[in-house]
Amino acid sequence: MANEATYKPGLWGWLNRRLPIDAFWRSQVSEYYAPKNFNFWYFFGSLALFVLVLQLVTGIFLAMFYKVGENTSFDSVEFIMREVDFGWLLRYLHSTGASAFFLVVYLHMLRAMMYGSYKSPRELLWLFGMVIYLALMAEAFMGYVLPWGNMSFWAATVIINLFGAVPVVGPGLVEWIRGDYGIADATLNRFFSLHVVALPLVLLLLVVLHLVALHEVGSNNPDGIEIKSKKNAKGIPLDGIPFHPYYTVKDIFGVSAFLTLFAIVVFFIPTFADLFLEKANFEPANPLSTPDPISPSWYFTPYYAILRSFPDKSTGAVFMLIAVSAFFFLPWLDRSPVKSIRYRGWIFKTFFTLFVLSFLGLMYLGLQPAQGVYVMLSRICCVPYFLFFALMPFYSRWDPVKPVPERVTFHA
Amino acid sequence: MSDVGATATGGQDIDESRRKFLTLATSAAGAFGAVVAVIPFAESWLPSERARALGAPVVVDISKLEPGQMLTPVWRKQVIYIVRRAPALVDKLAKNDGELKDAKSEHSEQPKYAQNEMRSRRADVLVLIGICTHLGCLPKTFFDPGDPVLGASWPGGFRCPCHGSRFDLAGRVFNGSPAPTNLSVPPYSFEDEHTLVIGLDNPPAKGAA
Repeated sequence: MANEATYKPGLWGWLNRRLPIDAFWRSQVSEYYAPKNFNFWYFFGSLALFVLVLQLVTGIFLAMFYKVGENTSFDSVEFIMREVDFGWLLRYLHSTGASAFFLVVYLHMLRAMMYGSYKSPRELLWLFGMVIYLALMAEAFMGYVLPWGNMSFWAATVIINLFGAVPVVGPGLVEWIRGDYGIADATLNRFFSLHVVALPLVLLLLVVLHLVALHEVGSNNPDGIEIKSKKNAKGIPLDGIPFHPYYTVKDIFGVSAFLTLFAIVVFFIPTFADLFLEKANFEPANPLSTPDPISPSWYFTPYYAILRSFPDKSTGAVFMLIAVSAFFFLPWLDRSPVKSIRYRGWIFKTFFTLFVLSFLGLMYLGLQPAQGVYVMLSRICCVPYFLFFALMPFYSRWDPVKPVPERVTFHA
Repeated sequence: MSDVGATATGGQDIDESRRKFLTLATSAAGAFGAVVAVIPFAESWLPSERARALGAPVVVDISKLEPGQMLTPVWRKQVIYIVRRAPALVDKLAKNDGELKDAKSEHSEQPKYAQNEMRSRRADVLVLIGICTHLGCLPKTFFDPGDPVLGASWPGGFRCPCHGSRFDLAGRVFNGSPAPTNLSVPPYSFEDEHTLVIGLDNPPAKGAA
């Protein structure tokens, strides 16, 4: 409780006596001390927040013109593209934003894995982040169905049929999700509701939890050292600088650089060579005609490639589930005494590099047809992918780590 | 906790176990209510009455279906082919095996009772979904062996007008067709000798329907 004398006079003071605006700003921004050695990799958290806002704003405007329904969805998207002033821009911002969101989130996760940001005391922070990632996948999948193009229809068919692999209740579950005996108007309608109301609310709540948890434990840094362990007489971390103005300004620069690249895609290559918007989705949904080949959006392809690596569909679905959920266990699988890759030994670095390469390899292979050499290569990539997680309790302990310095390394 | 309670009751003794029981019982009743309240929301996702009516099993009278004839009812927006096969043609089905992509129907979609040489429950009645597994056109009937269009060696079956996929009289796809798998078989059953039910694996009990 700030005492009466600390309030400014006038309206601002009147407001602050009733709502802790100044106190909140100080505790969360201007006197929130972040490590001074952040590097390039620390742009992606604030960028993810920026893209979230972009998606919310463009989404709200798209929903003003979009008409959900199996007979209206496709036409209303074309209406937005051709007849609404700047409708094409709203839609391309939203569709490019979806891919940008995943790109930013993947880089954000890679950063956390490089610098051990999931390790104690940030386990819960990591778990909130992973749940955001899952919610984002559901959000993206349902958004992809809404234009009701032919790829929308068949992606929904393939993904929802995956739930048929659940033992016993599978077929009933699939019918329940669809609300009909095939992908139909009922499915489209509920996906619209989830995409524009339920999941955005969940995402916002999770982002708040993620940030509150972050500000409670404090940010990690490229050295993986706890800055809170070395404080000055005032209790301020010696290696900390206030988030505002130091990192607010840094993040504005990051957003500017991001927007430059983003605008190039939106204005010149919105389909991104079939990766962001596929040709098959410029045809209306047709239950009688399967696009050839069916492939999911690029951000799902690593898991899709894993699914297809197994000859049996149920086994593939189980391994796909493991591939996603393994990330949740990282804080407890990793037994290394150091956090940052800077002070880890060659064993961890080798496993980690192979994991990243296999993830990228699977991403590429999931976009290729499921035949011959591509399936073989996917199977090969599965080995380092799963071993990275399965063997981590062992190799992270045996890893010859380097001594960690007392203070963060910083070159002004 | 007890201090606060003591103040509230003006210093009287508080029956802690009674308080604990009431708190637990109230919470449990509330939690149960919350769980039960989920039911209507979850059930709203089941196929609606309209979807159920439109997707209901289709009952077909096949008493007047002569050998070589076909009925084409619609079930769940799909055209169903019901063909009465002459016994002589059924006996010849096995001869096609060498020329088929999936003679044993291992990669095709059908209920278990239709995964056999005839791809049907009964030899004389063939039931198929009339949608080409290539790109969804409706295959045309060419039941006569040696049909002039398809040549002297044609054993009788279907041919898709769009890209020329050919199927035998069990809906099995011939080599050299663009269709990857045999024509699919819907779930079906016989209510009696002359009554076919499309969409039900087991015939409804007499009187129930």
